[in-house]
Amino acid sequence: MSALSQKHLIAIKDLQKSDIELIFQTADTFKEVLQRPIKKVPSLRDITIANLFFEDSTRTRISFELAEKRLSADTINFSASGSSVKKGETLLDTVNNILAMKVDMIVMRHSSSGAQAFLSQHIKANIINAGDGTHEHPTQGLLDGYSVREKFGELKGLNYLIIGDIKHSRVAGSDIPLMTKMGAKVKVCGPPTLIPKYIEEMGATYEPDLKKALEWCDVANVLRIQLERMDIKFVPSLREYSLFYGVNRELLDSINKDITIMHPGPINRGVELNSDVADSKQAIILQQVENGVAVRMAALYLLAGRA
Amino acid sequence: MKPRIILDSSKFALTVERLCHQLIEQHRDFSQSCIIGVQPRGVFLAERIHSRLQAILKKKDIQYGKLDITLYRDDFRQKGKPMTTNETDIPFSLEGKNVVLVDDVLFTGRTIRSALDALLDYGRPNDVELLVLIDRRLQRHLPIQAKYVGKVIDSITTEKVKVEWKDLDGADKVWITSDHNE
Repeated sequence: MSALSQKHLIAIKDLQKSDIELIFQTADTFKEVLQRPIKKVPSLRDITIANLFFEDSTRTRISFELAEKRLSADTINFSASGSSVKKGETLLDTVNNILAMKVDMIVMRHSSSGAQAFLSQHIKANIINAGDGTHEHPTQGLLDGYSVREKFGELKGLNYLIIGDIKHSRVAGSDIPLMTKMGAKVKVCGPPTLIPKYIEEMGATYEPDLKKALEWCDVANVLRIQLERMDIKFVPSLREYSLFYGVNRELLDSINKDITIMHPGPINRGVELNSDVADSKQAIILQQVENGVAVRMAALYLLAGRA
Repeated sequence: MKPRIILDSSKFALTVERLCHQLIEQHRDFSQSCIIGVQPRGVFLAERIHSRLQAILKKKDIQYGKLDITLYRDDFRQKGKPMTTNETDIPFSLEGKNVVLVDDVLFTGRTIRSALDALLDYGRPNDVELLVLIDRRLQRHLPIQAKYVGKVIDSITTEKVKVEWKDLDGADKVWITSDHNE
């Protein structure tokens, strides 16, 4: 019998390799559950989970909610718009009020990096980070790792490339530590303005040339250009970005290798990724979404068991 | 109390052989029946029974599956640690089947209660029977009874029954020990 080393899931960098392996193994079980005629197990029937989304989300929120329902947990949903946050209530007050109604776990997305880490020091409930600012999105990192593991058997020894806006990406923030912990090599590629200054300390190397980077990798995770996080111009125009860093069929055919393509969604078709790649057999984008539910079920199950 | 053997390997083989014949008496050629082993330890007995049945009946298509009940337990989170899940592999429909549920030791009956819940999520079997190697009949918490029993033993709660398997522990044996000796 094993358990996670953490009470919360805030960041991949807090996890040990054995934690990640345990989550993957448990997700295998849940993947089987999701193939059954009755896709539901009673494990968390006595647990109430609050999904607090202080920032917009479709995929992650639906994925978490489904995962919770498949585990028979009771769920409540909260979004910042139309709530007392607008009346000036502090984060801690909002959360404490919700917890006073006997909620056991919190899934939270917030636009400030570190919001969940701050909360975890003040409340008793288990917290799962569903994305904090430009910091981490651990369940995305886990489902990316899980999807690659499903395709290749293991992560060790693989060359993993992340293309795009690394600086503002919490997906990269979680993918880089996850992949390096599991023994994969990570390179990032994108315009120099969108690469964090201390990328090497995160365990990744930088390759400015997209074609060279693609020739190196086994898997390429293409990130979304996040227009909402760019208050100043980091790239001259989307057209120019797409010209230098957009992944298209022509480019993929010019390299002599069958690369697996991932994308965390939502895709800006024609900008970072063309439809002739996104909808091709090389892409595992929809498998990522499918695996997301199983991985989130595993994280919820393992954290709930630690209470 | 010193650990003592309740079934040695020759008696063990005889018992498994008898259970197989009892099953054949009831299920004939197993065309409408299947064997389901309860993870983790029930699977060893289920595999043994399954392979013996196929040998006796000279058939190669008796349906066999493994069922993990971890997610259906009623003591989740009471042990302070989540329980590690095992593989469930039932590659056929249970709809209308006669299911023989197999576990090594029947004790409180809670595992079997969970297993019944889990089974129903795979369809509606025609009927479900329970086969166990050891029935500790005095410790039941729930009204659950096995139809096929290898050996009944009367033991107290502090005693432990341990089933060892040739492939796993070197020999087929069943021990009874008291907790203090361990």
